[in-house]
Formats: sequence, structure tokens, C-alpha cells
Amino acid sequence: MNLFNLFRRQPTAPIARDRLQILLSHERTIAGGSDLVAILREEILAVIKKHVQVDSEKVQVKMERGESVSMLEVDIEIPTPTKKAKAAKPKPAAAATATAAAS
Amino acid sequence: MATVLVVTSGKGGVGKTTSTAALGAALAKMGKNVVVVDFDVGLRNLDLVMGAERRVVYDLINVVQGDAKLNQALIRDKRVETLHLLPASQTRDKDALTEEGVTRVMGDLRERFDWVICDSPAGIERGATLAMRHADVAVVVTNPEVSSVRDSDRIIGLLDSKTLRAEKGEKMDKHLLLTRFDPARAERGEMLKTEDVLEILSIPLLGIIPESEEVLRASNVGSPITISNPLSAAARAYADAAKRLNGETVQLTIPTDKRSLFGKLFTRRAA
Repeated sequence: MNLFNLFRRQPTAPIARDRLQILLSHERTIAGGSDLVAILREEILAVIKKHVQVDSEKVQVKMERGESVSMLEVDIEIPTPTKKAKAAKPKPAAAATATAAAS
Repeated sequence: MATVLVVTSGKGGVGKTTSTAALGAALAKMGKNVVVVDFDVGLRNLDLVMGAERRVVYDLINVVQGDAKLNQALIRDKRVETLHLLPASQTRDKDALTEEGVTRVMGDLRERFDWVICDSPAGIERGATLAMRHADVAVVVTNPEVSSVRDSDRIIGLLDSKTLRAEKGEKMDKHLLLTRFDPARAERGEMLKTEDVLEILSIPLLGIIPESEEVLRASNVGSPITISNPLSAAARAYADAAKRLNGETVQLTIPTDKRSLFGKLFTRRAA
């Protein structure tokens, strides 16, 4: 390390703080509410599936725990209904669900 | 009325054993009847840090399994007479600690001492959860460094779910002990600031122990720093923390070691 670097060196503690805040908010979600989130995910998926065909991997349920308010975030990706049962590249599993839903 | 305190951290090497010895000795010097209990079965070190390694005959496992009486296993400190050590076993493994046995021993210790201080092993497994199981108060030892803070967060989660207090729906008293802190580096933005760690972990601060060469000196000679060098910065910080545990209000400062000009000139500092 030369003298030039010594003067130029950026403080790294704020980076550490920000990384920790992001990481821990994520880890607390997993550790804190795993059961609840898993149950919600399954039940929400079941309700949606009654009416729309969805890939179970396209449903994301997140729980953000805040000091005063916690937020439940549900993210569901639904395929745009195009030409019936003639999807361009359906996965085998998705195709099976589609048939079941159609019949 | 006894208080059971667990000194825990998740991460290893952050100063659990050093802090157990220092806080235990400080409380004992205040006239409290104290026992420090090593829960690190198979990797015991509290005996060494306390300077009692050659006096261990029976250990926690012997007492838990009923092979020895509590009195036979307790080692009374030679410097502070109200300070006692219950060592861990070096040869057995943690599975030898049964839940019922630990419950019985903790009950017996509660009857005999004002403070029962449990030195937790690192990690989040059986040894660590058994050490915290009966605690009324937890001291979470954390270094101002990302991996230590992350592991402390995990341990706080366990304290709120796996302890008897938590299971009964009672409040688990948790305190942060920030160790190896370097105020100058924090000021320069090279180290997490106290406020950063407090904001992330959101538990109250018990004390800040400054990084100090005296800590290693104390463990070299087998003496809690609050006994061997009570005037050192780290020892004063531990003594203040002990007073706060005892319910006293002590203003929070970060003590510094006074160094002579000669010392400053010839001290080599680690990066």
C-alpha cells in the first residue's frame, strides 16, 4: 500500500452496517416466521389454483417484520391467458395441471 | 434470590470465557457469592483462564450424573473467597449433559449463590442451548465485526425461543457486551460504531470493553482481568458492567489505557 492509498481509503464500516441490515432482515424472516409463511404459502396457492393455473414456484410469500408493523408480501406470477392449452413451451408438470384444470 | 446469567455469543473467540471470568470476579469483589460454570464440555477453558486448571478433580458432568457431590466439584478461588468455579469435563462429550441433570444442578446452585454465571460454548447446538436454558439474564458478547453481529442476532433469536423463560412467556433479559472495541478505528469509519451494532441487534447495552493488551496478559497468568489488573481500561469497563448487572446506574464511558510516551513510541500496533 502506498501513501496515496492511505489518503484515499474509504470508510468501510458503513458498508458493513448496510450489509448486515439487509442480510439480517432476510434471515429474521426465515428464522422468525418460517412456519407461518409456509402455511400461508400453501393455503394461498390452493385458493389460487382453484381458479387459475399457477406454477407453485411462481408464488412467493415474504414476511417483513418491522418494529410497529409487519408486512406480508405475496407475489404471484400468473401466466397471461393466450391461446388455450397451446402454450409455446409448457413444462411437463405444468401441462399436466393444465389438462386437469381444463377437464 | 439467585440470578442465573448466561454469557453467550454464537461465534467463537469473541470473549465469552474472558468476560465470564472478568464479570464473575468483579461481582465477587463486590461481595456477591458467585459461581462461574463452564458449559463447554470437551473444550473447557474457563479453568485455565481462572488459573484453576491444576485444581480440577470433579466436573459438571460428574455432578450432573451423580458421580460427585456439588461440593466436591466446586473450586473456591484463592484470591477472592466468594468466587467459585464449576469446571466442565475435558474428556466427555456434550451428550453426557442430560436436561434433568442440568436442571437439578442449576437448582442446587441457585440455592447456594447470588450469581450463577454460565459460560456457553460457541455455536447454536445442544451445549449452547443447555447453557442458556435456565438463564434469567443473558449477556450477548459481540465484536464490532460482521460475522459476530450476525451470529449474535441468531443467538438472540434462540434466547427468545429456547429458554425456559421464553417458553413460559416471561421476559428474557438480554444485554449486549461489545468487546474488542477500538474507539479510534470506529471514529475513522473502519469499525462498526456502537450505535450501529445497537441499532442492528436492538438489545440494551451493558458495556463496551476496549481492545486491550491487558486481556491477553491476564489470561497468560490465569487470572480474571478484574483481579490481576483492576486499573486497566478493560477491567474498569468490566467492573462497570458488573455494577450495571447488579442494578446500579453507572455512566457509560469507554476507558482507555494510559500509555507513557516511551510506550507509545515503541508499541507495535497490529493492522
